[in-house]
Amino acid sequence: MPFWDLLKLSLETFRTHRMRSFLTALGIIIGVMTVISIISLIQGMNLEVERQISTLGTNTIYIQKFAWGTGRIDFDEIGRRPDLTMEDAEAIARLKSVERVAPQRSRNVNRITYRGEKVTSVGLLGATPAVAATGNYSVEIGRFISSDDSLRKRSVCLIGGYIVDNLFPNENPIGKRLDLEGKRFTIIGVLERKGSFLGQSQDNIVITPLSTFDKYFPLPRSRRERIFNTLTIQVLPRRGAQIDVAIDQIRELLRRRHGLGYDKSDDFAINTQDTLREIYQNITRVAFLVMIAVAGISLLVGGIGIMNIMLVAVAERTREIGLRKALGATNRDVLWQFLLESVLLAAVGGAIGVALGLGIAKIAELAANLKAAAPFWTVMLGFGFSAGVGIFFGIYPASRAAKLNPIEALRYE
Amino acid sequence: MPESDLIRTESITKVYRTGTVEVNALCGVSLEIRKGEYVALMGPSGSGKSTLMHLLGCLDTPSGGRYWLDGRDVTTLDDIELARLRNRQIGFVFQNFNLLPRLTAGANVQLPMVYAGVKPRERPRRARELLEMVGLADRIGHRSNELSGGEMQRVALARALANEPSIILADEPTGNLDTRTSEEIMGLFDRLADQGNTIIVVTHDPEVSAHVRRVIRLRDGQVEGDGKGCHEGTA
Repeated sequence: MPFWDLLKLSLETFRTHRMRSFLTALGIIIGVMTVISIISLIQGMNLEVERQISTLGTNTIYIQKFAWGTGRIDFDEIGRRPDLTMEDAEAIARLKSVERVAPQRSRNVNRITYRGEKVTSVGLLGATPAVAATGNYSVEIGRFISSDDSLRKRSVCLIGGYIVDNLFPNENPIGKRLDLEGKRFTIIGVLERKGSFLGQSQDNIVITPLSTFDKYFPLPRSRRERIFNTLTIQVLPRRGAQIDVAIDQIRELLRRRHGLGYDKSDDFAINTQDTLREIYQNITRVAFLVMIAVAGISLLVGGIGIMNIMLVAVAERTREIGLRKALGATNRDVLWQFLLESVLLAAVGGAIGVALGLGIAKIAELAANLKAAAPFWTVMLGFGFSAGVGIFFGIYPASRAAKLNPIEALRYE
Repeated sequence: MPESDLIRTESITKVYRTGTVEVNALCGVSLEIRKGEYVALMGPSGSGKSTLMHLLGCLDTPSGGRYWLDGRDVTTLDDIELARLRNRQIGFVFQNFNLLPRLTAGANVQLPMVYAGVKPRERPRRARELLEMVGLADRIGHRSNELSGGEMQRVALARALANEPSIILADEPTGNLDTRTSEEIMGLFDRLADQGNTIIVVTHDPEVSAHVRRVIRLRDGQVEGDGKGCHEGTA
């Protein structure tokens, strides 16, 4: 039997059983709709996180005492590690694969004030001029810190947009003096805005020369406090050089400088954006698995619904099947007739589900502060999966129809 | 075997098993039917005439014996070849018409053509010709559940002729019709027989068998009589 005739036959059946077909497809519709909307939102979140990660400065390598991650941290072991030093930074800067090196320290400042106005919980970064490249900072107005500032340990600073908004809504901040926990800093520049990272503003920041930072905030004596307070070395690999090559060379160099034998593990950590990505992926993997399980269950339920209704249809149309066989339908013709019906039912349900899912994701994007993105593969996945469900759950009813004995089928009342 | 034998059976048997009980529905039926014959298959219920019709119509295969249809040994054919035979060689007419109620008269007539792979453009034209032949051209667009019993059986007859079969097999074709309509339908069969079609009518109605030129009587799964004359019914 030609395919076109089979198709017409199935569509005819849907037309005569509109309500039943719709209700049968509803299970698939709801399942696919849920999956597509959740995938869209997760994909949107992934893209947003990816965009935020890239604002940190592409390819930048962070050398620190501790590795980024979500696991348990052994503070005693990390506390015993040697501090990274300016000499380490200078040695790294001499590596062939390295373009820029920016040693830096940071701490949280409880509050900064200007003429009675205050901003709390500010990130203070003590850095060298190289941080502009490694940390992806640009100057909006004024100038960046210079090596002269570093050399003379000048009390100068750059401020982020968040601080401008709060302390200098209507005036030019350049040349004004900030009070930073009792220390006075002259503003020499304003940083371009970076937006927020994982919900935290990157514009609530003050950058000052590293030497000035060291002068005002010497390293604490406690080993534990020093873990987060000591020197971090930001490295930008040379353009065209493999980031892995740079990492290997840095690791080798630091192990040699720290006198580590072959049997000793690293007493420092090399973090990259990939580390952040891995952390994020580890967190979202669970969400993904749960979602796939939910989707699987709902498609299973939808598939059972389809199988149920197809068995009813086969029973209802036993006489028709007998007649068709008497008129020349082969077993395969009958099989295809019913299989195509269940596949179409599921696939159309899947298509509607995809459309509704994309709609819901779009509404969520507009209504809530969420991002949605639906790559083409999700659409194909939703559609293909539901068609697959149609085949899987349609094959049994269809083969039952195909195997009917025509004589008995014709006698069926 | 002479070429003019369209149907030839050689002691075919059919055994049904229900649990441990075996029922011999046919116990060695041998007969020949030539092209163009107009035959009635008669017998009381349980005589095996329905079983024989199913076997002749290739809806079932015999338990033993041989059956040649148009020179082909049907007993060796598989499911697909049997379906093809039913489609091309045999036109069924049933007691309860067996039209698909949701389809129009025209679409019902087209059904066998669909399975024969007749081009979609050609089907409506042929369906119209066939319905004209049975006098129902004006009903082509009517759904079959809007037709009267006689009209339904005419549509069924048109459907049986769709692929120009070599045999028309009718199972009690007037069983659900009143006397006047029955006569009309039998008149159609007579006309088809006159045009040279081979027709086998299964019936227990003497009025029907009065129309045919040969009566085969079955009893207890065997041929009891095979009369060429009109020893009964026709005056």
